[in-house]
Amino acid sequence: MEAAVFIVCAVIVLAGAFGVVLSRNPVHSALSLVATLFGIAVLFLNQDAQLLAVVQVIVYTGAIVVLILFVLMLLGVDRDDDLDEDPIVGQRVLAILAGLALLGGLLAVFIAGKNEVATGQHSATAAIRTDLSNIAQLGRQIFTTWIFAFEITAGLLTVAVIGAVVMARRPDSYEPLPEPADMDDDGRYVDPADENESGSAEVGA
Amino acid sequence: MILAATSTAVNDSGFQPYWYLILGALLFSIGAVGLLVRRNPLVMLMCVELMLNAVNLTFVTFGTMLNDIGGQVIVFFVLVVAAAEVVVGLGIIVAVMRRRPDATADDISALRG
Repeated sequence: MEAAVFIVCAVIVLAGAFGVVLSRNPVHSALSLVATLFGIAVLFLNQDAQLLAVVQVIVYTGAIVVLILFVLMLLGVDRDDDLDEDPIVGQRVLAILAGLALLGGLLAVFIAGKNEVATGQHSATAAIRTDLSNIAQLGRQIFTTWIFAFEITAGLLTVAVIGAVVMARRPDSYEPLPEPADMDDDGRYVDPADENESGSAEVGA
Repeated sequence: MILAATSTAVNDSGFQPYWYLILGALLFSIGAVGLLVRRNPLVMLMCVELMLNAVNLTFVTFGTMLNDIGGQVIVFFVLVVAAAEVVVGLGIIVAVMRRRPDATADDISALRG
């Protein structure tokens, strides 16, 4: 059963991933991304990570992809990209070679290690228990072991929201930057008022 | 299924837990190639999401393999950081696109909008 679910979801995940990369229209990319994220959510469920599966659907497909689609529609950048031309000569070939090298390295580690690829001690204090629900275990860990990281997360989100508001805000008036002041021969900035004063002083001497 | 998740033993259908890791590696590589090839900033952002999801899947699998709930806690934090990243990234893209509606990643390499 787990194998059947895995194979179906793997096909959906990979098809969605190729759809994101190969679609000419960014809206199609976003919709393919939804398929991938859903597949990942089911794979979380397949590994008994129920909370993460639900959060994945709500946060990723419900919030992040919708946000991306909103920006696509609002900015009107949903026209097709030209994928036929290569703006930098050889870029596509080099990118695919780099990707294959990355994939080869990762696969070499995972296939050589098989199920023992994750080395290390099994957890003594945070073992996955069958007598507690997934949510209870995650909540317990987040609010004890990881409480400091959790609180820093609040700061991160606040900074991100403020930053997004500041950057996306339409300025009331574009105020042009002032012209840079003139420099004299020694590279010092010359204040026009100051220049007049010193000029008149020289004349007086 | 709960018992299968808490042990890395092979079950009768021949399923191996490291298949998840191979899927994660494939997904990460596809995302990386997409990030390098595509020039639309929004599509590049989506490719970053693909890579983050590949890492999330790998974290959960490692947590299952080592019988450690910490793998899932980390994914929780990755989700939060990904949300923050998308918010800031879209803010930058909106600010850039308002001035140059058809900007690609090449046009904004100097970050002057």
